[in-house]
Amino acid sequence: MTALSLQNVNKSFGEVHVLKDINMEVEEGEFVVFVGPSGCGKSTLLRVIAGLEDASSGEIRIGGEVVNLTPPSKRGIAMVFQSYALYPHLNVRGNMTLALKQEGQSKALIEERVQEASRMLNLEPYLDRFPSELSGGQRQRVAIARAIVREPKLFLFDEPLSNLDAALRMNTRIEIANLHRQLGASMIYVTHDQTEAMTLADKIVVLRDGRVEQIGSPMELYNNPANQFVAGFLGSPSMNFFPAQLLQEGDDRTMGVRPEDLFLDDSGALAARVSHVEKLGGDTNVIAQVNDHQITARLFGQHAVEPGQDLRLGFKPQNAYHFNREGMRVD
Amino acid sequence: MNKARSNPFNTVAMHGALILYTLIALFPVFVILINSFKERRSIFREPLALPDADSFSTIGYETVMQQGDFFLYFQNSMIVTVASLFFVLLFGAMAAYALSEYRFRGNMIMGLYLALGIMIPIRIGTVAILEMMVATGLVNSLWALILVYTAQGLPLAVFILSEFMRQVSDDLKNAGRIDGLSEYTIFFRLVLPLVRPAMATVAVFNMIPIWNDLWFPLILAPAEETKTLTLGSQVFIGQFVTDWNAVLSALSMAILPVLVLYVIFSRQLIRGITSGAVK
Ligand SMILES: Nc1ncnc2c1ncn2[C@@H]1O[C@H](COP(=O)(O)OP(=O)(O)OP(=O)(O)O)[C@@H](O)[C@H]1O
Ligand SMILES: [Mg+2]
Repeated sequence: MTALSLQNVNKSFGEVHVLKDINMEVEEGEFVVFVGPSGCGKSTLLRVIAGLEDASSGEIRIGGEVVNLTPPSKRGIAMVFQSYALYPHLNVRGNMTLALKQEGQSKALIEERVQEASRMLNLEPYLDRFPSELSGGQRQRVAIARAIVREPKLFLFDEPLSNLDAALRMNTRIEIANLHRQLGASMIYVTHDQTEAMTLADKIVVLRDGRVEQIGSPMELYNNPANQFVAGFLGSPSMNFFPAQLLQEGDDRTMGVRPEDLFLDDSGALAARVSHVEKLGGDTNVIAQVNDHQITARLFGQHAVEPGQDLRLGFKPQNAYHFNREGMRVD
Repeated sequence: MNKARSNPFNTVAMHGALILYTLIALFPVFVILINSFKERRSIFREPLALPDADSFSTIGYETVMQQGDFFLYFQNSMIVTVASLFFVLLFGAMAAYALSEYRFRGNMIMGLYLALGIMIPIRIGTVAILEMMVATGLVNSLWALILVYTAQGLPLAVFILSEFMRQVSDDLKNAGRIDGLSEYTIFFRLVLPLVRPAMATVAVFNMIPIWNDLWFPLILAPAEETKTLTLGSQVFIGQFVTDWNAVLSALSMAILPVLVLYVIFSRQLIRGITSGAVK
């Protein structure tokens, strides 16, 4: 069964057309990640799904039912916000139980859910503390626990990790992945961090300017991007683009090669002058100029390459992507 | 720690300036207080001297207690001030919330219209207000004063509070909506506590002019049973003779309740549990 389906969803704020004709589906138990550059409408789409904003047109179905007119609390969703948004006047237990009390659930059931959620997220020692007495990571876990106790059909996360430092972000990312496995619930997760997107997602939805650019599994998008935007957005360092006529006279397409698909090759097609080298131990990133085009190559292992050096880079033909002038993939 | 603050010279200068200002601000109050406990001649002979065995007298307070129904005036002032502040804060906060939270047609115009009152003194409309009060039969009732003061305080309250309410995190309100709280609960339980410092500011700004006002009590509610403290004290100020003992005693007693209200509100100015709710 589909947990969520959007049909021709549009959203305008007055003159500003923010979401343009969004169509997509989330299957039961699926982990879907929305990625896209800042301001492309990810949060707006999430808020439309949650019912915090009304769609200007189109149909939203959650668990098969049309919910366009259903208030957020009745949609069977729970949301985790970037800013945590914990209730300052309630302690951790109060934050977790408010929604259930609001629904009129029995004391026993509430207590059981709180125990369960606080055990999952290691929050037992903090149940009586107020949000102001918790660290950033703990607050984030409370926010997640508050979502879990409601046992929603659909979880919505809006950049939940962006306020955390790098180490904590990785831990919490793993925690969220575990949680998804344990609960088996459908989740939608917004981020502009592509590592989060690649590692967590069953399915990635790439958005740009309020439009869906491509939907697919992380490897599908990586191996088979539909256009230049998706190709450049996923992968780190991002894909190199240069005019194909560098290699073949009269070819007006744009060529794309991933940095990891380039290798040192004395008979390689690209003659490059090294402008910068990043030695990471396991990898060496070589940034080089090919006829005024900047190319990044990610070489496995350690290489004695120095800035100013001239070298040739090669790639296998099957690893090259071609795009037409509109940025669409043409091979 | 901040460098400017840890420098001892700066610390001394800062405290010196603040203490000086405090003394200047408290001086008139101090003079009123000490003179209210002196007999008439000593008030004029040595206005700055503390009351001693010779000059001490409570004659002013006795006059005030005997003349008129001082406690009734006191009660009237208290009722009018507290009720007006309550309505100003309640309606001001509600209007501010509506203006800052909801998108509806005419939102901008409404905000401008409500703010216009800041620039137009309400006393210009005194005649019209009096006619209205006569027509509705509210003359010589405390309601007349409460309504006028509420109207007078609302524009600034809406203006200040809507500015603060815009800053309350959207995520917090949205979390409440998802958890099934009603808009009223979100307003009263989530938003109001977070704008408490602004509410206290508005309350303090409105309190003193209402408590001290002579104009509207004189025009709208001059009857004996609705007199406010300020109006009631006027009996001691005659065109030719003024009973200074009584005036000073009445003033001393009038300061107290305002002081108490002020202490209550200023404590709210200190942000407590609100920090750490949203990062
Ligand atoms: N209430 C609003 N009124 C008008 N325009 C809005 C409103 N909310 C959002 N927008 C516009 O909609 C666009 C998408 O905003 P949104 O917050 O969804 O972006 P986002 O993809 O979440 O970006 P980020 O990654 O920075 O969070 C932006 O251009 C923004 O200016
Ligand atoms: Mg966003």
